[in-house]
Amino acid sequence: MARRPTRRRTSPIDKGSNTMFMDVQGPSNALFGRLPMILDLHYDNPWLMFAAGLVVIGGVGIVGLLSYFKLWGWLWKDWLTTVDHKKIGIMYIIVGLVMLFRGFFEAAMIRTHQAMAVGPDSPGFLGAVHGYLTPFHISEIFTVHGTIMILLAVTPILVGFMNLIVPIQIGARDMAYPFLNAVGLWLTSVAAALCMVSLFVGSFSHAGWVGLTPLTQLDYSPGVGVDYWIWIIQIAAIGSTVGAVNLIATILKMRAPGMSLMRMPIFSWTTLATNIIGLTSFPLLTVALFLLTLDRYIGTHFFTADGGGNFMMYTNLFWLWGHPEVYFVVLPAFGFLSEIIPTFSEKPLFNHTSMIVATMGIAGVSWLVWLHHFFIMGAGPQVNTFFSIATMLVGIPTGVKVFNWAFTMYKGRVRLEAPMLWALAAVLMLIGGGMTGMMLAVPAINYVSHNSVFVVAHFHNMFLIIAFAIFGAVTFWWPKAFGFYLDDRLGRIFFWLFWAGSVFVFVPMYALGFLGMTRRLDYIAHPTWWPLLAMEVIGIALYVASVAAFVLQMYISIRDRKQNAVHTSDAWETSRSLEWLTPCPPPFYNFAASPIVHANDEWAWRREHGLTTLRADKYNDVHMPKNSAVPVVLAFFTMAFGFAGVWRIEWLFVASIIGITATLVFRMFQKDIDYNIPAAEVEAMENDTFSNMDIEAQESVRQTGELEDGPVRDGHAHNA
Amino acid sequence: MSLDANKVTDTSHIQLFSDEPDHHDSISLRSLGFWLYMMSDAMIFAGLFAAHGVYLEAYGTSNITADQVIDPVTALLPTLVLFASVLVFGMASVALARGDKAGTVRWMLVSLAIGVFFLLDETAEFASLASEGATPQASAFLSDFWTIIWVHAAHVFFGLIWMAALTIQIAREGFTEGSVGRFINLRIFWFFQAVIWVCVYVFVYLMGVS
Repeated sequence: MARRPTRRRTSPIDKGSNTMFMDVQGPSNALFGRLPMILDLHYDNPWLMFAAGLVVIGGVGIVGLLSYFKLWGWLWKDWLTTVDHKKIGIMYIIVGLVMLFRGFFEAAMIRTHQAMAVGPDSPGFLGAVHGYLTPFHISEIFTVHGTIMILLAVTPILVGFMNLIVPIQIGARDMAYPFLNAVGLWLTSVAAALCMVSLFVGSFSHAGWVGLTPLTQLDYSPGVGVDYWIWIIQIAAIGSTVGAVNLIATILKMRAPGMSLMRMPIFSWTTLATNIIGLTSFPLLTVALFLLTLDRYIGTHFFTADGGGNFMMYTNLFWLWGHPEVYFVVLPAFGFLSEIIPTFSEKPLFNHTSMIVATMGIAGVSWLVWLHHFFIMGAGPQVNTFFSIATMLVGIPTGVKVFNWAFTMYKGRVRLEAPMLWALAAVLMLIGGGMTGMMLAVPAINYVSHNSVFVVAHFHNMFLIIAFAIFGAVTFWWPKAFGFYLDDRLGRIFFWLFWAGSVFVFVPMYALGFLGMTRRLDYIAHPTWWPLLAMEVIGIALYVASVAAFVLQMYISIRDRKQNAVHTSDAWETSRSLEWLTPCPPPFYNFAASPIVHANDEWAWRREHGLTTLRADKYNDVHMPKNSAVPVVLAFFTMAFGFAGVWRIEWLFVASIIGITATLVFRMFQKDIDYNIPAAEVEAMENDTFSNMDIEAQESVRQTGELEDGPVRDGHAHNA
Repeated sequence: MSLDANKVTDTSHIQLFSDEPDHHDSISLRSLGFWLYMMSDAMIFAGLFAAHGVYLEAYGTSNITADQVIDPVTALLPTLVLFASVLVFGMASVALARGDKAGTVRWMLVSLAIGVFFLLDETAEFASLASEGATPQASAFLSDFWTIIWVHAAHVFFGLIWMAALTIQIAREGFTEGSVGRFINLRIFWFFQAVIWVCVYVFVYLMGVS
């Protein structure tokens, strides 16, 4: 056995040398694993106390409000145990937005710290020599910022939109596996919860969100931080895989009659492409982290410096997932743009077919470019050239998309409503990020810019596409999900502040990259860089203001929901796809009778022909799944599983696996899992829904049609 | 690209909503999902086999080489045992196709017993390897060897738990939509892990001594 000789053992209970597990530093015992370590930690960091306080006050506040208004039953019955894809989607988005806020908080800390820690004379506060964060602390912060933003903020928000919109957009009543859908949500929530726990129970990884080996090995990271990072990502990855299976099967099997694949809206197509990527790439991340786990827990030699281990194997496996993951998150954003831009250009999307081909093209090429994350590995000119050219190839389908959006707007009646502003800004961001991406695809440039903040600015530029598209999608589909509009004026203020913040943070960052500033610095040795760093702080201030505008927008919109209610199915009056063929918000069964699809943009086609009624001729029984508490129970055991994994509590780890298995077997024997709604009841519910709508407006919803039809706002209805 | 391409002048005959109750074949829907899951599981093994290519001769300072721990002749026994379990499971699905509940349960129990024997045999073999010092901690090659074998064994283990639970369900409830759907998925899973074992035998055992 290759035992490391340097390990210090202070455990009160000696586990003996015959155990298969690695010895760990610090106190540990059989009952609590490594938990006694937290008694040794010093909770004197005011930042930690502030963050913990914020979480505790927030949590207690929510619990208090729920108890005061006696909402626990409602929460449990209507939300926590639901298998309704729309509610699950909304919960995904809420989890994602909370984590997005936390990730943003960390970004603000990194920016302000770096602006303070410039030059040898810069003052230090709170135990730091320069700035206010100690080197270890800032390493933790940039690590958790990356992990959260990619896996626990952007991914849940996008998956949330896929859940919320795709089934309605393809005319389905629910997802293929509603129960599994709830399981996916709960696994993601467990990962997010573990991440919040790591804030003050233990610490988080300091090795970068990519987990650089051998820094992540137990020798160099003896704490629990890397373990938190591992188990959080593993649990989130299982959630993503489950979700991917569900969305692919839903799209392939549940489409409404008449909706061929080539008629399917682009957002559904990008969802399909994204989930194929997710289904095939997440397992590789699971493998990479699993092998790292074995290194850390039982002392294998996959990625160690000794025993034949190979660091670059980790890097390859990680980026074999990591690059497809980039397209996993950007393709749904392209899908949002492809829905928003035609709606507010009052034209069909330019060349629907080429958009589908481009989407699948990007998904395919995503598998051939991973090595561009480490050209400097030294794989030689042939290998680097291959990956360089493959990377540049991505520009072709992406270019097709940009031109398709541009031609959609060309000669269209472009309305600059709030979702359209977000979409246009996203396209501009794509052009900037795409150009710098082409630069980085050249190995000669990459050798000098590797690990500089130029790279950081580039990929934030790319992620801003997603951020802009997400806020566009929130504004666009909000009336569909909740039945009222978001406040337009505050929405525009939010947009312009967010745009200004993005420019102020990332343009100087590009410049700093050119000047040679490397990433992940806790101290900046060049005083001449200070003005640019200060500009980035101005950008952060603008972002803070934009977050305030967003929160205020939510408050005002919810307060004034009665005035801003939507009375027809088509909130924007020029929408195009099937989700606008249901009331706002849609009933829990989506469609009382399956819509029959006649065109690419079915709703636009029906509007064109004056066929805007929502009333079916004949109602049938509707078959629906019943709510289930099993996903919540699974979440409980998975939380125990993750926590036991991090703190090496062996008995709890085994017990939680038994618990998970037993719960799944219990589910297998469960019988009462679905129910029928009789046709008469469906009809009564439909009538009730219609009585709350403006039927006259619905049945005479204005004509948009083709360009030659004359000014759209004077259009009139002619019902069939 | 204009809507005019499918512009209709007479809209009176257009049917907007389906009159039929929507019906989905729940068993085929579930098998599609399970096939998709199998694809992602196959990627896990793809990653492990890729790693195996890298660690083929990564012995570090250990003097234990592949041909000392790998013997394709000895590994033939577990291979045949595993295939026997799959074959017997195939007999269970023949019985299911006949609607023979007792036969299905009987064959499933036999398949289960053979699967358990496979795991016991593997445990014994690896215990003896460990006693000779060929532990996963000895070198990167051995880490990889143990990991591939035991990730496959974990699949067998959870497959056996599933098989046991499903045997009870079929014995108690007979052939319902749920139990038949699960049976078909388990059959996919059981064949899948045998296919993985074929790859293990070829890439790890046969190539290990070449």
